[in-house]
Amino acid sequence: MIIHAIFFWLFATVCVGSAVMVIASRNPVHSVLFLILAFINAAGLFVLIGAEFLAWILVIVYVGAVAVLFLFVVMMLDVDFAQLRQGFLNYLPVGVIIGGILLAELLTVLFGWAISPEIGKVITAPIPPSSEISNTQALGLVLYTRYIYFFQAAGVILLVAMIGAIVLTLHHKPNVKRQNISEQIARTKSSAIEIVQVKSGQGLSS
Amino acid sequence: MYGAQLPSLVPLLPGLVLGIGAMALLMLGVFRGQSFGRVVDFIAIVLLVVAGAVLVALPPGKLTTFGGSFVVDDFARFLKVLALIGSAAAILMSLDYAERERQQRFEFSVLVLLSTLGMLMLISAADLIALYLGLELMSLPLYVVAASHRDSLRATEAGLKYFVLGALSSGMLLYGASLVYGFTGTVSFSGIAHAAGQETGAGGTGLIFGIVFLFAGFCFKVSVVPFHMWTPDVYEGAPTPVTAFFAAAPKVAGIAMFVRTAVMAFPGITGQWQQILVFVSIASMALGSFAAIGQRNIKRLMAYSSIGHMGFALIGLAAGTSEGVQGVLIYAAIYVTMTLGVFAVILAMRRSGGMVETIDQLAGLARTNPTMAFFMAMLLFSLAGIPPLAGFFAKFYVFLAAIKAGLYVLAVIGVVTSVVGAYYYLAIVKIMYFDEPAESFYSMPAELRLVLIVCGLFNILFFVYPGPLVGVASAAASSLF
Repeated sequence: MIIHAIFFWLFATVCVGSAVMVIASRNPVHSVLFLILAFINAAGLFVLIGAEFLAWILVIVYVGAVAVLFLFVVMMLDVDFAQLRQGFLNYLPVGVIIGGILLAELLTVLFGWAISPEIGKVITAPIPPSSEISNTQALGLVLYTRYIYFFQAAGVILLVAMIGAIVLTLHHKPNVKRQNISEQIARTKSSAIEIVQVKSGQGLSS
Repeated sequence: MYGAQLPSLVPLLPGLVLGIGAMALLMLGVFRGQSFGRVVDFIAIVLLVVAGAVLVALPPGKLTTFGGSFVVDDFARFLKVLALIGSAAAILMSLDYAERERQQRFEFSVLVLLSTLGMLMLISAADLIALYLGLELMSLPLYVVAASHRDSLRATEAGLKYFVLGALSSGMLLYGASLVYGFTGTVSFSGIAHAAGQETGAGGTGLIFGIVFLFAGFCFKVSVVPFHMWTPDVYEGAPTPVTAFFAAAPKVAGIAMFVRTAVMAFPGITGQWQQILVFVSIASMALGSFAAIGQRNIKRLMAYSSIGHMGFALIGLAAGTSEGVQGVLIYAAIYVTMTLGVFAVILAMRRSGGMVETIDQLAGLARTNPTMAFFMAMLLFSLAGIPPLAGFFAKFYVFLAAIKAGLYVLAVIGVVTSVVGAYYYLAIVKIMYFDEPAESFYSMPAELRLVLIVCGLFNILFFVYPGPLVGVASAAASSLF
């Protein structure tokens, strides 16, 4: 149990610390790397509560795909972050006031917080005990049955995202010559060259 | 533990028509090239009509499927038909523009179809996950079509602004949804209503905190004050047919989402959300009336006008009664016809130099094109709420519901702001009828004329026989309670 607690504090501290560093570090590449560190520690926290499927999804999807994509974008776009932050001080007072009000509200609510004891009874898809079934299997049981509609709807949304990316970036310019490989391969000698018998002294008419 | 058989897909049929149709059109467009765009547009309109027909032909009564997350009741039928009409009209009105501005891209119609599919899902959504997925499916294509003129700085800015603010509002909505889920233990509206009704702490501060965030997200989507900032810029920057699309169908779906969530998920705690709605509707009506006065660009003016109208529509919801919802539905129907008609005129504002957008360009329209000026004037009177045009009845029903619910102050402020708002609508009529004529516009394309005349006649003749719409709206509203 003590090891469990030690790991919890380790993961939690590193996670919060690296989250702070994401917004505090001056170099955007470092920010992304800290973001990856935060993700990995969050995955560690998931493992500690026994949700290993979510932990691996977090590592594979967020660390493996999303964060690496971020890294590429940050490195390829030559954004001058120092310049972007120039106006920061001007907005600081307004931001601090709004943030302060929001924090005060949150704290007020936090002290009046009461979670109904009956919540456990009304949940729609009860979680099976982890001794009977692994959580990957538990998710699989509902994902394609009870939540098939949401699953398919998410698929349509991804289709829209794909169409959108193509619409916004792909432009066919009329005067650009493109390589057409099948056309190139299908070229024969007869279609490529023309042999003309030129009579001496007359030249070619056209 | 869960049945392996597929749930009934019958309530989903109209959506399936749109979804599968959109994918087929996508294939058609990709393989046949952009020159096929016109055909794709026509098929898209046909698909919207077919989806409407299938929707009407569904078995009557309340149909639910997927464990209650998808509901087709009379409320959903009414608003879905309205959304389908709005989308079909938007595609119809884009035909001429696309050809003249050389922006003929088949993807526009496909994206409109997919966005409409999102609206249908949103209108039917009876739990928080379905609601969010429908909302995103509706919004994502909107972001794309707003920025579809990639070479125009204004359009790109509009698209980006809409996207960033839309993502922010989705974040707020999700935060609210997660709080509501956390405090009630369920995402289904009936379950939330059940949990919120019990006074065992679930209906306490935490839940209300969630509702506030949830409603903030909704307010953004229907563009009411204080979440309206994006509207004028996006309306002005986006290509005009896209603006015409934005102004009609997504607003209908947004209102549907607002009403269904408020009425189905939080019926026991009306008092808690009523004050939010009273505030946003007063603020929107006031801003919509006063801020529009100084506008010279007609698309910007329509943006402020839509903010104001959403404020009026939400009065009905603030009443929280079946009559109030009936008022909202009538308002939405009439608002769609008024907006589409006005945008048909805006799209016809084209002369030798290209499209024009300032109000002064309408000068003397009564002499250069009397028919267009007449219908435009009627639509503007209707927007202002002058009897006996349809816009008057729209306001009449929501004010009536507010008074019956005891919200006298709200009704009085509504009447006052509608008088203020009448000023700028009448100013346009004055410019059209009494100013020296400017150069005349090109003659109006047939499809725009069709939309204008149908919308104009609907608004003029509504008072003769209001029974059907009012009756259907009443039945639709009572299906929610």
